[in-house]
This record gives sequence, C-alpha cells and structure tokens, in this order.
Amino acid sequence: MLSNVLLAILALSCIAYAVGLLQARRFAATDQGKLHSRPVYHGAFVAVWVGVPATILVLLWLLLQGSVIDNLILSTLPASLLEGASTADRSLLLAEIKNVADGQLFGEPRPEIREAADRYARWLIIARWAMFVVAVCMMIAALFLARSRLGLRFRARQGFERVVTVLMILCSIAAILTTMGIIASLLFEAWFFFSMVPPSEFLFGTRWEPQIPMRPDQIAGAGAFGAVPVFVGTLLIATIAMLFAVPIGLFSAIYLAEFASERMRRTVKPLMEILAGIPTVVYGFFAVLIVAPALRSAGMALGLPIAPNTALAAGGVMGIMLIPFISSLTDDALRAVPRSLREGSMGLGATQAETITKVLLPAALPGIMGGILLALSRAIGETMIVVMAAGLIATMTFNPLDSVTTVTVQIVTLLIGDTAFDSPKTLAAFALGLVLFISTLGLNVIALRIVQKYREQYD
Amino acid sequence: MTDIAHPLAPGASWGSGEAAARRKKRHARQTRLRFYGLAAITTALSLLAILVGSLTLNGYRAFVQTHVAVEFYIDPQYVSPDDIHGGNWRNVVRDSVAGLFPDLPQAELRSAAQILTNNTPFIVRDRIMGNPELVGQTVTIAVPASDPFDQLNKGQVRRDTPEDQRRVTDRQIALFDTLAEQGRVSAPFNWGLFFNADSRFPELAGLAGAITGSFFALLVCFLLSFPIGIAAAVYLEEFAPKNKWTDLIEVNINNLAAVPSIVFGLLGLAVFLGWFGLPRSAPLVGGMVLALMTLPTIIIVTRASLKAVPPSIREAALGIGASRHEVVMHHVIPLALPGILTGTIIGLAQALGETAPLLLIGMNAFITSPPGGILDPSTALPTQIFIWADSPERGFVARTSAGILVLMGFLITMNAVAIYIRQRIERSW
Repeated sequence: MLSNVLLAILALSCIAYAVGLLQARRFAATDQGKLHSRPVYHGAFVAVWVGVPATILVLLWLLLQGSVIDNLILSTLPASLLEGASTADRSLLLAEIKNVADGQLFGEPRPEIREAADRYARWLIIARWAMFVVAVCMMIAALFLARSRLGLRFRARQGFERVVTVLMILCSIAAILTTMGIIASLLFEAWFFFSMVPPSEFLFGTRWEPQIPMRPDQIAGAGAFGAVPVFVGTLLIATIAMLFAVPIGLFSAIYLAEFASERMRRTVKPLMEILAGIPTVVYGFFAVLIVAPALRSAGMALGLPIAPNTALAAGGVMGIMLIPFISSLTDDALRAVPRSLREGSMGLGATQAETITKVLLPAALPGIMGGILLALSRAIGETMIVVMAAGLIATMTFNPLDSVTTVTVQIVTLLIGDTAFDSPKTLAAFALGLVLFISTLGLNVIALRIVQKYREQYD
Repeated sequence: MTDIAHPLAPGASWGSGEAAARRKKRHARQTRLRFYGLAAITTALSLLAILVGSLTLNGYRAFVQTHVAVEFYIDPQYVSPDDIHGGNWRNVVRDSVAGLFPDLPQAELRSAAQILTNNTPFIVRDRIMGNPELVGQTVTIAVPASDPFDQLNKGQVRRDTPEDQRRVTDRQIALFDTLAEQGRVSAPFNWGLFFNADSRFPELAGLAGAITGSFFALLVCFLLSFPIGIAAAVYLEEFAPKNKWTDLIEVNINNLAAVPSIVFGLLGLAVFLGWFGLPRSAPLVGGMVLALMTLPTIIIVTRASLKAVPPSIREAALGIGASRHEVVMHHVIPLALPGILTGTIIGLAQALGETAPLLLIGMNAFITSPPGGILDPSTALPTQIFIWADSPERGFVARTSAGILVLMGFLITMNAVAIYIRQRIERSW
C-alpha cells in the first residue's frame, strides 16, 4: 500500500507538472503579452503544491498510525484484561493480538484476543485505504487550487522558489531536531530513572549492580545504581588510550611535518589514515583475538596477574585507533603556524629540533590541546572496542591490569535483548547516556572553542 | 630560548672545545627528536601491519570450505514424491553414511555421521525439492563437512594433540582419512560465505543476510541523508542570513558530528522504537539512525565544496539574469557535485562500519534468512561480525576474520571510488 501511495504521489505530481506546463503555454500563445515566468516554472509550481504536502501527510500518517491504532485497540479491550496491567503487560497483549492478526497462532487464543485481532486487522486495512484516499483527494484539490492561480502575469518562479526555500529550511532544521530528539529522549527516560533512584546515589554511589530480581524469590543482586566505579573505569581506559596515542601521534606528526621527505609523507600519511578508517568492531576483535592473549602470556612470563579482559588491552587498542586522529590534528596545528616564526628561529641559528620544541610547539599548543581534548571525548564515547574487550563487572580500581567496565559497555549490556521501558535497569542506560552526552558535549565545545580561537590568532 | 640568544660568553670563541661540545649536544638533541619521530611512525605502521596481517592469516581459511562428496540413495520408503518436505530425511542420511563405511558397527555410525554438517538432511531435501523425479535414485552431493573436520582438514586441529584436548576422536580422524583416500574430500571456494544466511553451525554460516541488511540500511541512509544534507548545506551556505539562528544551527551541526555514535543508538531506541513503534531489528530504523549520524558529515562536506566554487561563476550567472535559485541549481551545485559525492561516499563508508547504534536497535539478532525488505528483521555486516566474534565455536574465529575482510573490502572499494572521483573529476579552481 505504501508503494502504491508513493507511486500515486509521483504520478499525480508528474500530471500536475504537465498540466501547469501546458496551461502556461496556452497563456503564452494568446497574444496578450509576455509570460512572467517560463512555462517550466508553472509546471513546477503546480507539481510541488501537489506532491510536497501529500508526501508530508503520508510520512506523518505512517509515523503516527502505529501508536494510534495500538492505543485504540487497547481501549477497546474488556476492562478485565487491562485491570492492573503494567506497561509491559500491555505491550505483551498487543504483541499477542498482532501475532494472531498475522495468523501466527500459538495454541487457541482467548476469545477477547481473537476479537481484538480481527478488529486490528480490519482497522489496519481501513487505515491504509483511508491514507490512500485522503492523500489522493488532497492532491486533486491542490492540483485544482494551484492551477486556478496560474495566469499570464502569475509569478510562478517566485512561488516555486519560495516552496523550495521552505523545504531547505526544514532540512536544515533536521539537525536541530536531531539534537532536540537526543536531549528529549535522554532527559525523558533519565527523569523516570531518577524518580526511582535518587541522583545523588547514582552520581556518588560506589556500588554498581544493575541486575534486578525479576521475581521476589529470585537470587540476584538487589540492584545498586552507584555509577562511580563505571566512571572510574571509563576514565582509566581513556587515560590508557591517551597515554598510548598522544606521544605516538604527536611525534609522528612532528616527523612527518618537519623531517620527512615529500615521498615519505606521501606514502605514510594515507597508511596512517587507513587506521582511522578501520571500523571499531574490527579493533574490538583485534583486541580480543590478538592483544589480550598476548598481554596475558607476557604477564604470565613476568609473573604479573593480568585479567583476561584487562583494561590495558582495551585502552591500548583504543590508543591505536586514536593515533591518526591526534596526528592529523597536530599536523593541522603545526601547519597553521606562520612561516615567519619558523624562518625567524632558523635565522637566529637554531637547529630544526630547537625550532620545533621552542617555537613551533608552543605556538601550536592550543591547537594540539584542542585535538587532544577531541580525542579524549572520542575515547570516552567509543563503544565497540570496550564492549568486546573490557569487562562487565564494575570494580573500583586504578590498576590497568585489572578488568574494568565503562559507561558505554554498561549502556549496551543493559539494553541488548528485549527492553521494557519501565525497569530501572533499562532506564539506567539512559541516565548513563545522559552523562556521556553531557561530558562529551562539554569536551567538544571546549575543544572546538580552543581550536577556533587559535586559528583566528594567526589568520 | 635564552641559551640560543647568548651562545657565546665574552671572550669565548666558536672554535673552542666548549662550543664544539655544545654544538654536539644540540645536534644530538636533533637526532634524538628525529629518532622519536621515526620510532612513532614505525610503531603505528607496524601495529597496522599486525592488525591486517593477523586478520588475513585468520580469515583466509574461511574462504575455502571442506566438502565431502556423498552418494545419497533417496529411498522411496522414507520419502514419497508427493510429500518431499515431510520425508524422513534423517534416515536417508543415516543410511547413506552407513553406505560410506560398510564395515562400521551400528554403534559408531553416530560418530561417523558427525563428519557431515548437522544440517545435511535439509541440504539433501532442498536439492530434491526442485526435482521430485530423483526419488528412488542415487544422487551425489558434496556436503559441507562439520566444523571440527573442516578445521582438521585445514590443519587447524593438530593430530598430535592428546585425544581429550580436541573435538575429534582418533577413530573419527581415521574415518575421515578413509574418505580423503577415496577422493571424496575437497575444499572448493566457500561460496556459502556470501550466499548463506547466518547459522548456528560455522560451516554453514554466511554473510548473505548481513550484506543485504547492510545494503538496505545504507540505501535508507543515503535516500534520507543525501537530499536533506544537500538542501540544508545549500540553504546555510547560499541563502541563510547571518544571524543568531543560523549560527545556532551551525554550532549544532559541528557538535552533532562529534556526538558518540551510541547516543544516536539511544535516540533510535527511545524515539523510533519506543515512541513511533517502528519494528525492532529493521534495516529501516538502522538506516534512519545512520542517516542522522551521516547528516552532519554530508552537510559539512557539501558546504566546503560549495564554498570552493568561485564567486565569479555566481556573479556571471546573476549578471545575465538568473535568479539566486537558478544560480545555485544550474551552476553552483553541478560544479560542486563531485566534491559532494566524494564526501557522501566517505560518510556512507563510515556508516557501513558503524556498529554500536545498530546493537541498541536490535540489529544483532540471530536471523537465518536474508531480509526481503526494509521492514524485515535483519543484521548488518558489522553487527554480524560482532555476533560471530562472540560465538564460542572455533570455526567462527575464521568466519569473523573473513567477515571483517569482506567488510574492509567494501570499505576500500567505496573509498577508492571516492578517491577516483576526487582526483579525476573534481576540479580545483
């Protein structure tokens, strides 16, 4: 049905275009004067007024149809079924109804369910046809309305361009909508979480055991949501990554920018960029398959107890991922230092190394710092490497040989599998997400500001 | 800087031993810095080499698959031509395996049957389904060997390890060797890696579902982010007045580009799945989330290429009477298009490798058939790699590496196309 509607929109838009075009040609053929806009604009004017509103209508309809029908179906169910049902029960009921409506029967369904399923199937068909009919009627009405406005002196080009401008504005608002969507969803779900767990416990508590017993008699953790160990683990892994990536990235950028021959630069730079293009899931697998076992056997040889999912493996591999990031930002910063500074230093008799360490680096420092902060924010938000290579249990430790967990690991483990939006376990992931979003956003804003200020200084 | 500013004390000379020693020290510092730089580059490149090398070493084995050719007698006593699907295919396979080893006692038949993949009955059934006239005849089919024997054939399981530390018994190895002597064992190119969907058995698991899932998700991502991204960039670069509102949009786009990908996954889970009720694990939702992530990249790249088009072109077009829209549509965008395309392909390549947000919207489910559309549950290439990496069977290590090689192949191709466009078609002004 959806493809039919889209086809209908496409076809009617084409027809509208032709109608507008022919109408304009007819105006031009009469000898009353010159056409204000070229005929194609008349066609385009009618076509956008036919096509665009209908497309928007269909998209909105599709977005809302699901939840509206779900709610209507739930409201028609007998009260006995809904009495005392939680949100999860309701969604189970709905799933059952939909399965029955799809013809997937598991045993004989209850009569109420069967009735609801019939109703569901019927309503779905009605909704589809209604969408089709409403869209087509709207398009035909728009066709006649738009056509009636055409005329010899009608400013069709301006009309068409106005619609296009509005569409472009809507598209550029999409970015704002995304941010608002992120903030709204995180705040909304985190709000629920904080109504169950006080924020002070979440931010300052030192016990993280999100496994909540499903039944009262089940043996499981009582559920403790003190996120400090998770934050500590995140910082530990990020620090290891930075300790690894910053020197290597910095020194290789200095060498490439100042010492390397043109040929070496041309071969090494793309190779380094390959490191940046490798998907993080690949790094994660590399950490599990190669790095962690190697570290473990090295630790055995040295007599050090290294956990199988040590923070060192995850942090080190994350460091590899960040090398090209830091090296390219350092390169940009070094390049932005004016030639005059470099030449002045050389002219005074300084060696290349002295020029670099005493003139270029201090001048480029803000840019490099900005780059390091951006890399840090990446390290904190990086997910796949730690999901695969870091631990699941939140231990409060600064020992890099131990296993720690991170914010992103907890988000993924809490949300993988079926999720119900009313247990603190699920909602805790959104609270962690909120913390992650705020901290990375803060780092980014600071870093971008530093980089920008520094650029202005020399521009 | 002071030691450079006053190199010579009064009365000292450039030729003195003191000055020479100082010079030597300064040059030693220079050599040291060069050495650190070279060491850093060597470290980075050797890590890259280790990464690619270890994945290739692990993965190349999965591109061939051990097969065993077996004659199956399709016994009409078990299978009737009218109901092929409901036939007793297990017995067909059992009897055929017994036929392979005529001298084998009944009790050992079970362990002999383990040489073939667990799904052998279904493979035979699917072969016969198309042509029912084969019932009652003998058909030779090359069936994939099960994972332990695949590993054995590839030398991954060593025969000299003690029997209790490997998954194949000495007896089974002897049986397998008999088959090999009869010339039944072959190791052809593993087409199943590309044409099978996921499976619990490594020897049958393939990437077909993941590749189609990734294709659908990227298609949705492209269809959403390309037009929206270009429209937004054109508006911001060519039409928007400079005011607080457009500044806000700009800052917003720059920040969105740096938001961790998992946050987009949370957005997709809460908004697309939770509030709009779209189906879980669907490439549609995956594509929508990826589109939100790719959008900032496309907007930033498009703005850069629009900026690179020289103002003289705009002025010339305006001068001969084009409207501002016509200038943009007829002149600026066509000239900026190669740059826009390069950026879009690179953005899509990033989206193809993205895993974390897809995990949160459930594209890591175990699904044994490729999706038929954008609403069917499916996996994607990176999430399939994640699933396989988590699987305990040994054969999945090679499959995971092979999956990574396939993914990297796609990424390299996409980037090569982007580089080609940049070098051949893109114009520098």
